[in-house]
Amino acid sequence: MINIKNLHKSFGDLEVLKGIDLEVEQGKVIVLIGPSGSGKTTFLRCLNLLEVPTDGTIEIDETVMDFKKPVRKNSITSFRSLTGMVFQSYNLFPHKTALENVMEGPIIVKNIAKHQAKETAAALLTKVGLGEKIDFYPFQLSGGQQQRVGIARALAMEPKVMLFDEPTSALDPELVGDVLQVMKDLAKDEGMTMIVVTHEMRFAREVADEVIFMDEGKIMERGTPEQIFTNPKEARTRKFLNMIQ
Amino acid sequence: MVKMFLLSNIFTDPERMNQLVSIAQTSLYPMIEGAIQYTIPLTLITFVLGLILAVLTALARLSSIRILQIIARVYVSIIRGTPLLVQLFIIFYGLPNLGVTINPFISAIIGFSLNVGAYASEIIRAAILSIPKGQWEAGYSIGMTYTQALKRIVLPQAARVSVPPLSNTFISLLKDTSLASLILVTELFRKAQEIAAKNYEFLLLYMEAAALYWILCTILSFIQGSLEERLNRYVAK
Repeated sequence: MINIKNLHKSFGDLEVLKGIDLEVEQGKVIVLIGPSGSGKTTFLRCLNLLEVPTDGTIEIDETVMDFKKPVRKNSITSFRSLTGMVFQSYNLFPHKTALENVMEGPIIVKNIAKHQAKETAAALLTKVGLGEKIDFYPFQLSGGQQQRVGIARALAMEPKVMLFDEPTSALDPELVGDVLQVMKDLAKDEGMTMIVVTHEMRFAREVADEVIFMDEGKIMERGTPEQIFTNPKEARTRKFLNMIQ
Repeated sequence: MVKMFLLSNIFTDPERMNQLVSIAQTSLYPMIEGAIQYTIPLTLITFVLGLILAVLTALARLSSIRILQIIARVYVSIIRGTPLLVQLFIIFYGLPNLGVTINPFISAIIGFSLNVGAYASEIIRAAILSIPKGQWEAGYSIGMTYTQALKRIVLPQAARVSVPPLSNTFISLLKDTSLASLILVTELFRKAQEIAAKNYEFLLLYMEAAALYWILCTILSFIQGSLEERLNRYVAK
């Protein structure tokens, strides 16, 4: 499903990703953990091409991008459509209602008829538990509700892979559960392939097929949640886990 | 002494009072005509054209293409660095020397549009820059191109931010159209000048013109208020 080889990303002189290799099978949930500045968010943004990698290749669903060569703008746009992105700060469109936020992509990008897009959007919002709130503007919703709209908005584009960039870290603790539940359902019921950057260790234990520990722009250790959380091999992984638990 | 004399003249001499009221009344119609024929159309047309020019200029300034940036910078610099009246004179009285003769109204539209375009471009540029980067990224992440994200996501939000400063530009423009009187556009103020030239009631007619401009600007302020309210409906109170 996903095959990443030797991925590098530099901002000027600063090398943030120093050669990442990763394969993800269809339907798997990968949780990325690591200290801040370890490159995990940059890595996720590279998969969505919000950051264009400086070297390496990414293959998603049999489409390959090779970053040795300069990439064309329209190939970025089409490659991007393979993944859906959920942002830490939701980034909902404040001038549009929940429903309009979700409809926007299908109508503008996919040219789907308005009534049809509306139906699909309403169904998606119902699925994330916001059937009652479809006509609310983002400022009228709680953070947890906004983030669920964000998830519905990404799903409306029917991506092959969902990317979550610390989806719950901007939320008040009591609002985290609903968002995580939506993500769990997405993984378990729909078999969605997901890559999640998060500090929610319980979520990782319950849902992740694999946990990856990143540090200093590299993958330091990977394994099942059981292996990583109870018996980490690397000293740095242990140190990190001790600090957050 | 002279002032005192005039004032006492107005208030003590009923005939003088009646004369002034009658001049004010009869001159009102041509002035309103000037406003409806020229001042208001000139303001509206110019503002729309100026805004289009302003958005294009702002986008050129923000683009990564060097030559577009330079063109936009030079344009804004020249327009902001030279007096509006001089610009109008160059277009109307200067260009005929090159064989280009443009009628007064069109000259005024060109001059004022270029002016609004330059000033408003800075407002729009700032408004676009004030929209968080995450909004662009959210647009991109659902597959939008630059143009789609700009049109659907960023500009509508930038519009809200720019309403108050653009209203300033709009009101200034309305008042600045009085300069068009100097390139022979028979707008509100030109009408006042023409009448005053005949009857020498300068104070009365210019005060009357001032009052009309003030009324028009007050109406605009009301429109600005309701527009802001409408655009603010999606913002937390």
